[in-house]
Amino acid sequence: MPALMMAALRTMPNLIPNSDYIRILPEIVLSVFGMIIMVLDPVMDERRSQRTLGVIALLGALAALAATLYQAKEQFWGLGFWGMVRVDPFSIFFHVVVIAVTIVVILSSYEYMEVQKIRAGEYYGLILFGAVGMALMSSAVELVLIFIALEISSIATYVLAGFRRRAATSSEASVKYFLLGSFATAFFLYGVAMMFGATGSTSIATIGASLGLFNGSGGPLLAYLGVALMFVGLGFKVAAAPFHIWTPDVYEGAPSPVVGFMSTAPKAAVFAVLLRIMFQAHAPGRVWLMWVAAALSMSIGNIAALVQDNVKRLLAYSSIAHAGYVLVAFASLPANGIPAAMFYTASYAAMNVGAFAVIGHFAGRDERFVTLEDYSGLGRRSPLLASVLTIFLLSLIGIPITGGFFAKFYVFSAAMQGPHPLVGLTVIGVVNSAIAAYYYLRIIVFMYMREPRDDAPVPRVGPGLGIALTISLAATIYLGVAPKCVLDYITRAATFLH
Amino acid sequence: MSELDPSILTLVTFAPAAGALLLMFAPRRDREIRVFALLVSLFTFVLSLHLPAHFHRNQTGFQFERDIPWIPTPNIHYHMGMDGISLWLVVLTTFLTPLCVLISWKSIHDRVKEFFILLLVLEAALIGVFVSLDLFLFYFFWESTLIPMALLIGMFGHGRKVYAAIKFFLYTMIASVFMLAGILWLYANTSPHTFDFVKIQAAIHSGTVPGFAAAAQWLFLGFFVAFAVKVPLFPFHTWLPDAHVEAPTAGSVLLAGVLLKMGTYGLLRFNLGLFPDQARANASWIVVLALIGIVYGALVAMVQPNMKKLIAYSSISHLGFVVLGIFSFTQAGLNGAMFIMLAHGVSTGGLFMLAGILYERRHTYEISEFGGLATPMPVYSTFFLFVMLASVGLPLLNGFIGEFLVLTGAFQAKPWWGVVAATGVIWSACYLLWMYQRVFFGVVKHEENNSLPDLNLRERVALWPAMIMALAMGVVPMLWLNSIDPAVRNALAKMVGQ
Repeated sequence: MPALMMAALRTMPNLIPNSDYIRILPEIVLSVFGMIIMVLDPVMDERRSQRTLGVIALLGALAALAATLYQAKEQFWGLGFWGMVRVDPFSIFFHVVVIAVTIVVILSSYEYMEVQKIRAGEYYGLILFGAVGMALMSSAVELVLIFIALEISSIATYVLAGFRRRAATSSEASVKYFLLGSFATAFFLYGVAMMFGATGSTSIATIGASLGLFNGSGGPLLAYLGVALMFVGLGFKVAAAPFHIWTPDVYEGAPSPVVGFMSTAPKAAVFAVLLRIMFQAHAPGRVWLMWVAAALSMSIGNIAALVQDNVKRLLAYSSIAHAGYVLVAFASLPANGIPAAMFYTASYAAMNVGAFAVIGHFAGRDERFVTLEDYSGLGRRSPLLASVLTIFLLSLIGIPITGGFFAKFYVFSAAMQGPHPLVGLTVIGVVNSAIAAYYYLRIIVFMYMREPRDDAPVPRVGPGLGIALTISLAATIYLGVAPKCVLDYITRAATFLH
Repeated sequence: MSELDPSILTLVTFAPAAGALLLMFAPRRDREIRVFALLVSLFTFVLSLHLPAHFHRNQTGFQFERDIPWIPTPNIHYHMGMDGISLWLVVLTTFLTPLCVLISWKSIHDRVKEFFILLLVLEAALIGVFVSLDLFLFYFFWESTLIPMALLIGMFGHGRKVYAAIKFFLYTMIASVFMLAGILWLYANTSPHTFDFVKIQAAIHSGTVPGFAAAAQWLFLGFFVAFAVKVPLFPFHTWLPDAHVEAPTAGSVLLAGVLLKMGTYGLLRFNLGLFPDQARANASWIVVLALIGIVYGALVAMVQPNMKKLIAYSSISHLGFVVLGIFSFTQAGLNGAMFIMLAHGVSTGGLFMLAGILYERRHTYEISEFGGLATPMPVYSTFFLFVMLASVGLPLLNGFIGEFLVLTGAFQAKPWWGVVAATGVIWSACYLLWMYQRVFFGVVKHEENNSLPDLNLRERVALWPAMIMALAMGVVPMLWLNSIDPAVRNALAKMVGQ
């Protein structure tokens, strides 16, 4: 066990102050509701449990959101549990993103599970447990706790990826994700060990204090190794190149709402961790590591996406590219880069979770309709659904009036700041975002400019999905039109890291 | 000062957008939708007449300004304003849109609601481009024009419409990201950071932008590429014939009438306004490209078997004159360039409307399908003759004034430029008159052409304004030049003042 924790245990007071519990209140709430679902699931009627448990999960997520907002009061800011978690606007922001995504996913799963005839209450329990890990990741400031949180969230998503039991691709997704994912987290742990060796601590603040002396260059070789190894693990989780190989297969096989979930919420949480490690801990070699990873992710993701015919695979590659855009912000100066990365994460979450909700609805029983051909004439068959998906896709391209536009603009403008602007990376980035327009447009072209292949009616959108889409659509547009409020908050939150 | 002055630009820009928003929630009753769209576009036109009425001709600098902070970091302002350069381009946009609505009355019968929504959104974005004085806001509107235009072509066009829509989109999108990189560089290197055009211009002219001397050539090229593709300048023109041929009539009218002017407006406002030294240094090769465009466009137009493609290539030729005028750096040349922008909008818009009317009747643009149309359609052929002569540059009609001024400017700058460009005037008479002869004179070659109905009232109502405008601009050009001249003088003074 790390020295810090040992020391903390030795001087441990008998009582943990109550405010410490408030600092992990959202996680407690989520865990309690998750356990309620797990307990109720076996005793309930199998045919009806799905609905009830879904409602409980929704209530749980809403309660967690309320807890987060309660926690956001200034009096609760600060460290808790012997310096292992920290509540500040930064952690609150990521909590809100993760929990909001969770709510949207639960809402959109409700119908999806009925259509797929998956009767399994534990699905919702796993989503809540996953959210626990992700929420904890964003407030953890100690590497071992971060590792534990990472594992909590990962194990939930491994299982979720395999939930389409009748589909071989889903099982393949689950196994592949599990094997490679465990491998990657091992790298992360190894990196933590190196870091401990280099600085004698696993607390990010302490590491930052010792590495900060070197001002981002120089410093012990072990620290470089530690950062690199930790990035292998975290880069895997956010699907950054060259650790992205698993993404298309897993996204293709996993249930669509789950893909919407795991392409946004865990990514947001892991980006929060990366922000802490890269900026707060003054990781040496940050700029070049991030430069290369960003350039690779953007280029590989976008170029591979050009030739995809399966919409889920296409969005998987797009997700790799978007991780690249976020990493551009990581290579920038802290004052500009941190807010840019945070804003990008939030708007990507809004648009991508929405896009996958539409895809999941349209895919139908056993996810039969997932190729571009299947989207032919969707604009005629279901104008509303098609227009909603179009807005999400336009946001992914980065067209004005959507969050995606502003997010890209903000990231690239961050990269151009400071005495050494990253002109090369920015040019790679903007050219990439132009290339990306092509494959998103292909979907729009199929929806509006091709004749429908068959006139099978698209199923009606139920209330749950309707609310889910409204939330993500509203967030996407809001971030693109009036980002001022969010930006103000983010800018203030970022000051807690540097 | 009128009470309306500070908010008039906002009103004019967002009136069509508000109309489009209302249309989105309207029931699908095609007739009412058409009437509503017409009313909205007429209302916008009437509103925009406030601009020339209250414009102070001899006042330099921007008028009707509105500058309110939009987003604090990055420092983005909602800064709108106009001078003599943008004044008439805005009015041109609002003038052409009602005509577009009228001309699409019958030809669009499927997905009517979507069509008019897109048309109104396009109008709003186009106006926004001309009145934005914040580079972010400008880019915002610039990119916003892409989607409605691409969808208009792809959804309502004919033939290889999808190919044309995507080609249009990708060409312009890829080119404009270079401008984005340039904008970001300017933002990052001004202190305090700003996107404000006026402030950036002042900073550049006073030499307080660090590193500007080294970067200026690249910045100039970044902006230049974005605008040159839009103009389109040879050799970036290949998207234009495709887009025009496949676009619906209203799309072609706005594309030729206004969209292309975004490029020349950008060259004038940004390339000359921000980088005068580089503009001078690069003028020689840019003018050569413009001259090639003039002659090449005309020669290719001559051999086109397709009426619409012929008009499209004639646009390349005419826009070459505009670029020539701009880069002659003479008062006459710039005045002429501005005047051609307006005249070409009216007359080429008219030609596309006329071609569209013929297409509605025969569903083809092939010149060889016609011949002897003067017999069955006497009124139509008279209208066509009038608009065509305006485009050829017959004295007393609008085309003449602009070309004369540009040629004067070109001769002042370098006589051989004028000589080469003057041949373009002759070519344009050749290809247009030859087309006219093949379509209207002789005997009716195809039986079905005998029964073609002549213009109906709606079509006449759509065409009369364009014809009256063509005549008015030819007879009293000073009405327009009065406000253009001081703005151009001001722009040139800044260049000489270096």
